[in-house]
Amino acid sequence: MSDANIARRAIFERLRSAMPAKQVAAPDLHEYYAQEFIEPAVARIERFMTRARAWHAQVVETTVAAWPATVHSILDAKGVKRLLAGRNTELSATLATVVPGDRLCWYDEPLDTFKSTLFEDIDAGITTTRGGIVETGSLILWPSSNEPRTLSLVPPLHIAVLQANQLHDTLYAAMLAQRWSDGLPTNALLVTGPSKTADIQRLLVYGAHGPKQLVIVLVRNEERV
Amino acid sequence: MSQPHNSADPRAFKANAHEALADQALRGSFRSAMDYLTDRRAAQFPDREAFERLRRLGEGIRQHALARLPELLEQLETRLAANGVMVHWAEDAAQANRIFLDIARRHGARRMVKGKSMVSEEIELNHQMALADIACVETDMGEYILQLDGDRPSHIIMPAIHKTKADVSRIFSEHLPHEPYTDDVNELIAIGRRALRDEFRNAKIGVSGVNFMVAQTGSLVLVENEGNGRLATSVPEVHIAITGIEKVIERLEHVPPLFTLLTRSATGQAVTTYLNIISGPRRAGEKDGPKEVHLILLDNGRTQAYREANFRATLQCIRCGACMNHCPVYARVGGLSYGTTYPGPIGAIISPHLMNLASTRDLPTASSLCGACGDVCPVGIPIPNLLMRLREAGRHVTPAPRQQQALKGQGAARSWSEVLAWKAWRAIYSNTRLYRTFAWAASRFRWLAPPRQAGWTQSRSPLRPARRSLREQWSKRAGLRG
Repeated sequence: MSDANIARRAIFERLRSAMPAKQVAAPDLHEYYAQEFIEPAVARIERFMTRARAWHAQVVETTVAAWPATVHSILDAKGVKRLLAGRNTELSATLATVVPGDRLCWYDEPLDTFKSTLFEDIDAGITTTRGGIVETGSLILWPSSNEPRTLSLVPPLHIAVLQANQLHDTLYAAMLAQRWSDGLPTNALLVTGPSKTADIQRLLVYGAHGPKQLVIVLVRNEERV
Repeated sequence: MSQPHNSADPRAFKANAHEALADQALRGSFRSAMDYLTDRRAAQFPDREAFERLRRLGEGIRQHALARLPELLEQLETRLAANGVMVHWAEDAAQANRIFLDIARRHGARRMVKGKSMVSEEIELNHQMALADIACVETDMGEYILQLDGDRPSHIIMPAIHKTKADVSRIFSEHLPHEPYTDDVNELIAIGRRALRDEFRNAKIGVSGVNFMVAQTGSLVLVENEGNGRLATSVPEVHIAITGIEKVIERLEHVPPLFTLLTRSATGQAVTTYLNIISGPRRAGEKDGPKEVHLILLDNGRTQAYREANFRATLQCIRCGACMNHCPVYARVGGLSYGTTYPGPIGAIISPHLMNLASTRDLPTASSLCGACGDVCPVGIPIPNLLMRLREAGRHVTPAPRQQQALKGQGAARSWSEVLAWKAWRAIYSNTRLYRTFAWAASRFRWLAPPRQAGWTQSRSPLRPARRSLREQWSKRAGLRG
């Protein structure tokens, strides 16, 4: 038997020899959330925006028709020379037509060969989102082969496109509605504002290791992009 | 200015505490830091009743998981393996370090980038890897500052809380001489970001801790603000996570309430920047993410706490640090005085199991039993009771009636003079004649009471028997009144 198996067996033996604890029923989460976190149905979008902004995210409202122009003006305002995007998303076809080819870069290669471009040449990454959380102003991101994890992580500016009809009251509600436990991606994320730290004398600084800025493009029409 | 502390030895607690108490600057910075954190937490829990309801949920989730710990660990292992994560088991620090070393050697790695992990501090990973010529680079801003300065964390959430901005300016200018000197905090963080970007880019191995492990889905959940945890677990080819066996919970839906309790209790934030749920290495077709993910599950004394019904609640902890922030002793002596990986009240109740009660015997006494730690604990750990039980275990060689076995170092705080004093007390107080003789003699010879009475007179005036015992005074009055 290998050392590893000896350790495993010893640990389980010790755990199983412990005094059997009285079984504790799993608490009723459903009841708790039904009673405690009732977000009023009105002004949910406004509350989401207020909370997202409180975490230093910039929220820009737009419509299905106007979102490409909105993204364009964000790129100009932020001085983005190279925008990185994923292929085959609900954004990609439109992005390809409205953002000039020399300004738009696709995440086509694996990170191993793409590292120097990603770390040195990209000013911003644009991603879709799977929704937002009203309670905390957070975004749900499920990175994929089209939109890898580092797309929303390494560039100093993250632009996230959020459909206003994809808001959930709480993380708990989102997990249930989207049936997360039936199958998670290799990486699922909740993103709330740009990266930050207060490690030096408790002084809050944005732009620690992740994006320095987060811009949420909030598409307010009922239809999806 | 804070001096680097290297001596991690809980036996030096009393000496360290005295030294720290005399350091007015350090006391001032801890005081204001703790006030800041307690105020921020209070703002997140404005309604005591609402806090209690959420805390009951958190406590229930953790107790439910611990009651089924062996089954949940098996389920977790099966799910993780199905997701392609390699699971390793380590009984102690040496085994855990050997697993790290084996993985590093297999990949020819000379450097690892580390996200924040208290368990990696517990096994002294950086030191052990350095002996094998492998550099571990801390990437949490606070931890990075401490590593440059050769110092240790003094708080589990805000590790460099004992450093001032001026300290950091000095440390950066000493260790990163190519960067311009600055005392602007934005620029200091920008320097840290620049210095660590190349580390993330080039390291073959990323190391992280874990906040929660989900048995149902085989997921590792990481909570952070800086993004270094995401980088360390996304960019390098290999990700090694290490955590204690107690961190498992049953269902994914159990994450939201614990996440809320953790962030609100720790830093007074409703949410952190990132909640990072990792359920496996890069799949076919994916362009990034580690090609290998390893999870090291560490015992290192946790099964001792698990074994004893009296101490099992210790393992409910979600490492928020609220007990430290609210502890009047911690706020005065600071985190480094404890000489353990986990300082403060949680350190005092977990360290005796991780180390042993002999070297940590003074820690359970580092409390006034004011109860603040238990009041704020987001998962309802009865910390003051556990401190009392550890004090008792330290003073008695024989385990308490409800205890299964002796703890490591059981009875280590036992002193012969104390045992004799109590034996004498019992003999005198259980015999009327002896008691009266003693009381008579004590009041007549009260001038013999020594001015120095061991520990008592360190901070109190000496004890001296009364001129006459209460019984004598009473019978005299009764006699006068006839």
